[in-house]
Amino acid sequence: MVISKILVANRGEIASRVIRTCREMGIGSVAIHSDDDALAPYVAEADEAVRLPGSRSVDTYLRADLVLDAARRTGADAIHPGYGFLSENASFAESCADAGIVFIGPPSSAISSMGDKLQSKLLMEKAGVPVLHSVRLDEELVDESTAREVASLGYPVLVKASAGGGGRGMRIVQEPEHLQEAVVSARREAASAFSDDTVFVEKYVVDPRHIEVQVMADEHGNAVALFERECSIQRRHQKVVEEAPSPVVDEELRRRLCDAAVDAARAVDYRGAGTVEFVLAPDGTFAFLEMNTRLQVEHPVTELVTGLDLVRLQIEVASGAVLPEEALHPRLQGHAVEVRLYAEDVAAGYLPTAGTIARLDWPSAPGLRVDAGVVGGSVVPTHYDPMLAKVITWAPTRAEALSRLSTALRRTRVAGLTTNRDLLVQVLEHEAVRRGDFSTSFLEDCDVPSLPPLVQPHDVPAHLAAAALVLEWRERSAVDVQRSIPTGWRNNRSSGALRSFEVDVATVQVEHIWSSSTAVTVRVGEAAEVVTGHVREVGPDGVDLELDGIRRQYGVDVDSGIVTVSSTRGAVTAAVVDRFPDERREVPPGSLTAAMPGSILAVHAAVGDEVEAGSPFIVMEAMKMEHTVLAPETGRVVEVLVEPGTQVESGALLARVETAASTS
Amino acid sequence: MVVETGHAPPTNREAALAAIARLEEEQARAREGGGHKYVERHRARGRLLVRERVELLLDPGTAFLELSTTAGWGSRFPVGASVVTGIGVVSGVECMVVANDPTVRGGASNPFTWTKIIRALEIARKNRLPVVNLVESGGADLPSQAELFVPGGALFRDLTRLSSEGVPTVALVFGNSTAGGAYVPGMCDHAVMVRERAKVFLGGPPLVKMATGEESTDEELGGAEMHSRTSGLSDYLAQSEHDAIRIGRRIMATINWRKAGPAPSQVVEPVKPADGLLDVISADLRVPFDPRDVLAHVLDGSQFDEYKPLYGTSLVTGWGRLHGLPVGILANANGVIFPEEAQKATEFILLANQIDVPLIFMQNTTGYIVGKVYEQAGMIKDGAKMINAVSNSCVPHITLLMGSSYGAGNYGMSGRAFEPRFVFAWPGSRTAVMGATQLAGVLSIVARSAAESSGREFDEAADAARREQIEHQIRDESDAFFMSGRLYDDGIIDPRDTRTVLGIALSAICSGPVQGRRGFGVFRM
Repeated sequence: MVISKILVANRGEIASRVIRTCREMGIGSVAIHSDDDALAPYVAEADEAVRLPGSRSVDTYLRADLVLDAARRTGADAIHPGYGFLSENASFAESCADAGIVFIGPPSSAISSMGDKLQSKLLMEKAGVPVLHSVRLDEELVDESTAREVASLGYPVLVKASAGGGGRGMRIVQEPEHLQEAVVSARREAASAFSDDTVFVEKYVVDPRHIEVQVMADEHGNAVALFERECSIQRRHQKVVEEAPSPVVDEELRRRLCDAAVDAARAVDYRGAGTVEFVLAPDGTFAFLEMNTRLQVEHPVTELVTGLDLVRLQIEVASGAVLPEEALHPRLQGHAVEVRLYAEDVAAGYLPTAGTIARLDWPSAPGLRVDAGVVGGSVVPTHYDPMLAKVITWAPTRAEALSRLSTALRRTRVAGLTTNRDLLVQVLEHEAVRRGDFSTSFLEDCDVPSLPPLVQPHDVPAHLAAAALVLEWRERSAVDVQRSIPTGWRNNRSSGALRSFEVDVATVQVEHIWSSSTAVTVRVGEAAEVVTGHVREVGPDGVDLELDGIRRQYGVDVDSGIVTVSSTRGAVTAAVVDRFPDERREVPPGSLTAAMPGSILAVHAAVGDEVEAGSPFIVMEAMKMEHTVLAPETGRVVEVLVEPGTQVESGALLARVETAASTS
Repeated sequence: MVVETGHAPPTNREAALAAIARLEEEQARAREGGGHKYVERHRARGRLLVRERVELLLDPGTAFLELSTTAGWGSRFPVGASVVTGIGVVSGVECMVVANDPTVRGGASNPFTWTKIIRALEIARKNRLPVVNLVESGGADLPSQAELFVPGGALFRDLTRLSSEGVPTVALVFGNSTAGGAYVPGMCDHAVMVRERAKVFLGGPPLVKMATGEESTDEELGGAEMHSRTSGLSDYLAQSEHDAIRIGRRIMATINWRKAGPAPSQVVEPVKPADGLLDVISADLRVPFDPRDVLAHVLDGSQFDEYKPLYGTSLVTGWGRLHGLPVGILANANGVIFPEEAQKATEFILLANQIDVPLIFMQNTTGYIVGKVYEQAGMIKDGAKMINAVSNSCVPHITLLMGSSYGAGNYGMSGRAFEPRFVFAWPGSRTAVMGATQLAGVLSIVARSAAESSGREFDEAADAARREQIEHQIRDESDAFFMSGRLYDDGIIDPRDTRTVLGIALSAICSGPVQGRRGFGVFRM
């Protein structure tokens, strides 16, 4: 059948990605959006869009009925589910079929078989694919016999959501006594993310590598493996860096992996794009983990090394076509690396950040592909995944692909909210990563704060000088009078222009004096030497500055008192110290505050309760992750301002504990 | 060729740089305030220095034209007169800032302090510049009360007149503001006082005790809390000095200020760089220099449309733009003003008044020509026409003392007595009734004729000594620093800053209306 209009049942970068191929193929596109995503770029890119009222995923993107209704109302004859949300929901696939709408994905039977991770393992075992043994947990409570069964796998074990993916609803358990707690929390996260709280436990392989194989199958009996992807570098079980091919997979291993993947696909009569995930042990053995019956986040690396458009193949296969020759006989060429740029604060334990991206400028670089869900000015809502964009490079060799990517990231100008950009660069430039020597615990084992900063300490002063010059330009140009009088002119000068910044924990004062309309002298730090400089050009968001003989272009973005100075090396972020500090409202001691905007899931203590310092007090959900706010002191709860369901802003007071000392 | 450098007279540039160095040296003395010890003591009390207060008050990146930087020079009082005055931009409003330096004798006002403040307020009033007072002063310097008490009243008069004319005045009180000083916040439209610092009362505890026997404390009589909560003299209670400045900036942001004068048009920088001026100004004042060469470094686009270029050529007149505003220029070219020059000046001044264009007088004059031919030609009548036109001209005048400013030439070229809005001086300029040599010579001739008429013998040796002594005295007294120290101008400036200084002054002038005198047409003299 011919597909003429596709509704993309997703949001963000993947929606944009699918719409791009639709446009290339001359197919109409329909976006759906929650209230929070009304202004998202993908909505504007689609031919038409349908609003799904509400914000939370369960009210919007997970509502199969609303999505189908949107498809009917817009006359879409096919639905592309993207990844996450409804992409691996068999009943949704069935509903599509019932409604006469093509579901661009595998048959619902394949989704069900693979969606249940437990059942899928049995199937795979039968098909001759190597697997890890596991225990299914149907009950909320872990009874004794189940616990014994789990113990027989050998700790550590991994609790996983059966319907899961992307690391959600996953917990590593080191000791038997933590099993119950992990199960409860994994179930809750699974329920919220996938509307299915089934979890299971399997052996946790130590120092494993995560290798997955892209498969593609049509309804004419063709199933083909499009080589492997290496996805071992993860944080909290969420992939951060993905590459193709894997640096540790040789031709022989590749052939075995690809064969196993094709066997897996054939075992469930697969159709469309799918990914078979394997765990590769240090000894070279591998086992089937799960099969993702959808397009993966990291599909671009496969596209870049094979030259194929996987979304196009999905659409073609869904409309009944035979896989084209180039897909049936794929060729692996060069190397591709992808990183996921997240709105998160690495130093704060990968805490999601939310807010407005004041600026997002991608560099132009050879072999660079950016799949972004946001643009400069976009608001990152708290309700969904905090991934901002995927940045991918291709190069003839792995070393060059890594270098191209880290260089591109350094040159990316992002400001307004904290991202993991610096970590991504540090990882890509890490010696072990360059060598290809890492496992899935790479980031956990890595002492992140000790990694070299993008901007070397001796380069920081120049960046702060650039910030001071641009801030002055902005303030000066806001003044309407004496516009042509030289900036900062004095006939009896007592000091230069002064401005202070907080960088990390230090306060740094920048003093500068214009000695002509282009020449400045600058002193960064009160005891520092005065250096001379030349300003070639200065404007509201950047300066072309030569300082102490080195000329660079500095991008300067200012947002809510935070200044981000971007250069080709990376960025320096500093707080602008107010010339007139307000007497700040002090937070009373013993207060619990929200580290980020989100909603409250649970409150473990009530007014009058005694709590121990460090004990879990309030659980909140933000950016689809659970965060536990701990009691700051040992003492009595005197105030609780939230309850489950309450939406809180960043910095909001949640509760207050009075210490024994302060009450006596 | 071998050049004997040892005895060569200084080049124009060397002489100018030496004069600028002298200016910088004197200004550095003024910036030192009361000296290291008092500055450190002030800092130790957690207080900001006067220039730190001013810097915080101003909008970042904007200019500050400090006035009368060497006031008090050559007197028994410190250079700078223990107060900073100047034009700066606060919350987008061009203001007159008046700030006491409490490190100089506790910020006590000597006669020069008050003269400097009164001049600043006069500039504010004439040009409609809102005033911000940064107050911390121990009041009048009592030993010199006889010199300042009576004229000092003008300070309070001008503050209230500014207010009555709709020009806002603000007082930020950082410390003592007692006795007469207590009226500064009292006379201002807006008053802000710093908690635990401001002290504003007519009489302190000892004086009250002496007068009425009442026991009282500083806080009860004049604390910031008391004035903010009880007397109502303070409109805002500031938590700190920074807070007071912040509040002051907010006040200026909310006064709904609109400049009444013309707005500048597109500005084109001069073709010639400012630094080149130093090669133009004659090292020896007896050597005239072409003011067109000066204008090329000062006017927008170095563009000057000369009026009557072939007539009365010892005075250059014409039109130009300065920082986007139209100006008329009168500049001496050969020092002497002849009848033709006086007539040309008169016509030009009348023209400027017809078209509401401000005038800039650039003085380098030895005065009106003398001699039989000229007296008989009516030099006095022509000079009188020029002085009449200058006196009654209503467009704003700015006067720049470039070189000599002698005799009635000073008057005709809108000297200080003719109330130009601003007078600035280059550091090598000289102002006197006549040149020192001429003056000494005249006195000698008069003495000789007196001796002759009374039949006494003329003592040549004594006359030579006296001539030298007088010449020396006059040379000292005509020095730019001597004149500026007595507030006969609004400050000595680095010639390279001329364009900027005139630009700031002209912009300040445009805070008020710019309107020439009407009534008669332009008389062709």
